[in-house]
Formats: sequence, C-alpha cells, structure tokens
Amino acid sequence: MSTAKPGRRVRGFQFSAWNLLLIIPLLILVTPLFNFDEPRLIGMPFFYWFQLVFVFAGVLCTGIVYWATRKKPTSETRDELGVDDLDEGETR
Amino acid sequence: MNHIQWVELVIFIVLFVAVTVLGFVASRWKAGGSLDHLDEWGLGGRKFGSWITWFLLGGDLYTAYTFVAVPALVFSAGALGMYALPYTVVVYPIVLLPALRMWSVSRSRGYVTPADFVRGRFSSPTLALLIAITGIVATMPYIALQLVGLEAVLRTMGINGSGIVGHLPLLVAFLILALYTYQSGLRAPALIAFVKDILIYIVIIVAIIYLPSKLGGWGHIFDSAKETLAKPSPTTGKPAGSILLNSSNQLQYATLALGSALALFLYPHSLTSVLASRGRNVIKRNMVALPAYSFVLGLLALLGYVAISAGVKPLTNNATGKPDGNTIVPLLFDSQFANWFAGIAFAAIGIGALVPAAIMSIAAANLWTRNIYKEYLRKNATPQQEAKQAKLASLVVKLGAVLVIILIDPQFSIDLQLIGGVLILQTLPAVAIALYTRWFHKAGLIAGWIVGMGWGLIMLYGIPNPANGKLHFGGSALAMGNLSIFGWHPFAGTGLDAVQIYPGFVALVANIVVAAVVSVIARALKWNPGVDQTAPEDYHADEHDKDLRPIGAH
Repeated sequence: MSTAKPGRRVRGFQFSAWNLLLIIPLLILVTPLFNFDEPRLIGMPFFYWFQLVFVFAGVLCTGIVYWATRKKPTSETRDELGVDDLDEGETR
Repeated sequence: MNHIQWVELVIFIVLFVAVTVLGFVASRWKAGGSLDHLDEWGLGGRKFGSWITWFLLGGDLYTAYTFVAVPALVFSAGALGMYALPYTVVVYPIVLLPALRMWSVSRSRGYVTPADFVRGRFSSPTLALLIAITGIVATMPYIALQLVGLEAVLRTMGINGSGIVGHLPLLVAFLILALYTYQSGLRAPALIAFVKDILIYIVIIVAIIYLPSKLGGWGHIFDSAKETLAKPSPTTGKPAGSILLNSSNQLQYATLALGSALALFLYPHSLTSVLASRGRNVIKRNMVALPAYSFVLGLLALLGYVAISAGVKPLTNNATGKPDGNTIVPLLFDSQFANWFAGIAFAAIGIGALVPAAIMSIAAANLWTRNIYKEYLRKNATPQQEAKQAKLASLVVKLGAVLVIILIDPQFSIDLQLIGGVLILQTLPAVAIALYTRWFHKAGLIAGWIVGMGWGLIMLYGIPNPANGKLHFGGSALAMGNLSIFGWHPFAGTGLDAVQIYPGFVALVANIVVAAVVSVIARALKWNPGVDQTAPEDYHADEHDKDLRPIGAH
C-alpha cells in the first residue's frame, strides 16, 4: 500500500477546469450585490429571497462539478507541477 | 412547575422513547465483526452510503441549537442573523475538494481523527496534540449548547423548575443518550437522524406555509419587524437592529459567514461523519444535496421575524432568573400551533439535540483515545482497548457537558461556543492546507497556532456587549477601530473605525502569516521537517481500489 506505483495510481495534485465552478457560490459573500429591500417577492425583501434562491445556484454549481468529474475522479495525465513537486515531499 | 402542557409533553415523551429504542437497536444495524474497534464504534464501519450520510451530516451540522439560536438572533438583531444562510451556502463548494482528500488519506492510512492525519503528515506528536486539544475544547461547549436547545423546549412545555430540580429532566434525557451511544457508537445517531430530520422538515414546511398566512403575509411580517427593530433599545438607546445590513456590519456578515464555513468541517464531529462514508462519490453527492438543509435553515431564520410579528416575549428561565432568547421559537410554536403539532415540533427540536450531541461526544472521545491516550498514556494499546477507552471517554464528555450547564450559567457555554469557533479555525493551516502541501514547516504551524489562538482570545475578551451589560466576550463583531497590534491601531481614524469584522478571521490571517514566516526561517536554518508518512496516491484512494486497507483490521 505504501509503496508508490507511478503511472498506475494517480498521485499529486489533480486539477479539473470544472472545479472552477465552485468559485461562483462565493458571490453570496458580496453583500452590496443584494442588500436591498426592493423588489419584494411575496412580501419578502430582496435581501432575503435572493439569498434563498442563491442556495439553488450553489447546488447547481456543485452538482455540475459532481456530474462532470464522476466518471473520472482524477485526470489521466500526470500533473507537471503537482503540489508535491513544490515542497520537499518528493526529496525527503 | 407552572401549568405543564400535557398533550405536548406526552407526544414529546412518546417520540423520545421511540428514538431511545432505535438507539439501542442500532448496535445490530449493519453490524460488522465486532464493535471492539474504533472503525466500528467510532465510524460505523466506514460504510455509510449516500442517504445515511446525508441524514447523518444533516443531523450533525444543523443542530438543535442552530434551529433555536439562529431565529433568536434574527429576532433580536435582524438581518445579521441571516448570516447562517450564506455560511451554509459557501461551505459545500469550499469543502468539497479538501473533504475528498481527507477521506481518501484517512481511508488509506486508517486515520480516525483530524489529529491522526496531522500526526501522520508531519510526524509531530506535539502538533497533533495541539490539534486534538483544540478539537476537544471547541467541541465540549458545543455539546453543552445542545442541552440549551433541549432545555428551551422542556421549559416551554412547562417543565420550568428552579434550582437543580429544574435540570433533572435534562439529566435524565442525557443519561439515556449516553447509554445508547456507549452501546451503539456512531450507528445510534445515524439511525436516529432519520427520525429527527424527517420531523424537522415536516415542522418547518408547515410553519413556513401556515404561520405567515395566519399572521397577515410576509409583507406585513417584515414591515412590523422593521418597525419593532427600529425602536431604540431601553438599555443602549440605539435601534436593536434592522431588516437590512448597514455600512458597519456588511463586512462582519461576510467574514462571519466565511469564517464559520471554513471552521465547520474542521470541527472533529463533522469529519467523523465524512470519514464514516463509504467512498468519494458519497461525499460528492452529499455536498450537492446538503444545501437542502441550508434552505430550510434560511426559512427557519425568518421565524425570528414571525415571532416579532406575533408578539412573542422570551420566557424567563427559572433556574437563572434571566429571559432566555432561545425560547422564542418554541414559544411561537406553542402559541400558534395546535397542541399536538407543537408536541411534534418540540420533539423534533429535542431529538435534534440528541443526534449532534452523540456524534460530538464520539468525535471528542476518538480524539482523546487516539491522540492523547494512545500517544502518551498507553502506547501499545490494542484496538479493543482503544474502543473501550473511547466508549468511556464519550460518557465522561457528556457528563462534563451536563455539569457545565447545571453548575454554570448557560450563558457561559454560549460564550465558549463563540470562542470555540475562533479556536477551531486556527487548525486550518495544519489540517486543511496540509492536505495540499507540506510547504508549512511543523514549527511554523505550531507558532501560527499559538499566535492565532492568543490573539483570537484577546480580541474576543475585549468585545463588550452594551445590550446586556457584559464587558467581555460580548459577541463576534470587532469594530476595526479597536483592532490592535501590540497597541498599534492600524484602522483607527481611517474612516473604517465603525466597520465590524469577525475576529476569528483576523486571527486566522495572523496565524497563516506567522506560520509562513517561521516556515521560511525553519527552512533556511534547515530544521528537521519530519517524515511524511502519507504517500501522494493516498489522497486519491477510493472505495473500489484493490489494495485498500481492510476496515477494522486488528
């Protein structure tokens, strides 16, 4: 288990461009975007219904990342600049 | 004991007894070889599928206290209380990828706690000890807080005795919980979580549809809340809050949400539920599906405004003699629902306290056993001895939590929980960043931890709360004008004086800066970086890998 088998098992830092979608939900931290009373939805100020609706934006983003990376949990080509090359993990 | 609500109480007791039976039966549910191994007792055999994990994590993260305290905060402060919603929206995208790596490396190496991982990654028992102690200290008041939620419900039902007798029902409830957790381990809360979450969903959906229509619609509720919150408070002379954020608390809102999100999965009990799952896809599916709870929590927070509109006044706790803001949701249910449905709602909150309390005590017991008992007290402990030790530790942890509530003002545990969030956040570089890189030197991580802890505590100590007259630990909002670095106030007089920020976040930044500086020095002086016992491919291990470590191996 502990012996490395390069080429057979994935190792190091794996990156998929789909993962960038995970940044989108962080927009909910930018309060000036939605800190308003109007327009109201069924009597709820924008501040409240926007954030409730944004829950679904978060679900959509993580959902797409799940579907897109489900089949191949990690990329096939070995990453050239893995995190383990940046520290002393390989040369210890 | 003044007018006990019998219908509510009977329904509550019936559901509580049903759940107790489930708790004891759980030991046979999907049982592995024996419960004499931490993989089995402490992690339920590491084989929970998507549904079980969803209920378990939901029951674990969205606690009774959350369901009681978030609306209470909205009730008293307005928009700021909604921070729980962005908090639980951003947590899953942030945590998704690191949680997968943590699961894989723990599965490969048999780690049970975050401190186990730190021990393996840096070969530093000292750093692992610091992480374990932080975890235990942050978790204990969290368990005590679950009692606060349970007690709020009991007192609303009329069991509002004074003195030690007033705490007796709480003691009984927790004794039962302690016994079945001892017997069944993580399987007990996993099974009970199904009941808890289904009850919670029913109650909240009904509350959110029925109450606004009864009280004149959302528009009326928000308008009356706006009016009430704008009235100057008699103690401070300033408005209590508003239904929108203002210029001084927007940064506080964002940093509190982000800081809480970063802290959530550093809590040992969250990791316990993650590590108990079967594979990486189970975790991924859960990060997609868990926001269902966030949505419910957001709706629930709005009940704070519904309570304002319905004219709810917090109940006075006869044991402390102070009004207890946490009783507003139970009181709202009590005054607006039929008795039988209020009984179900109270059972939902009460059982909602048991699930996280059980998981938290298991997580704290695992930390004690793996990173203190086995590391320092009995180095050659067998897996059976580890399991035995953890079972006993879970009893001690729960007893400690009950004593904290009974002997000390409950306010103390609320303060401690506030502090706990700031403390657990300081383990982020050693636990979460270390999943990606060993760039930080163990000496740097220890130095960063010390600075983050120290400064975090100093900042919290210095925050007063004019509303209740407290001089220290008055809240989690630090005015930037008061931010002091050894007496230097970098933001004083810059126009940012009144802008508030979450001190945990400030402490974390200091922690990372110090850790980086000391790491550079340690590297330049060629200090021993320690051996990394994990291999790069450990971080990608998955359930169907052929050479995966067997579960519960002795």
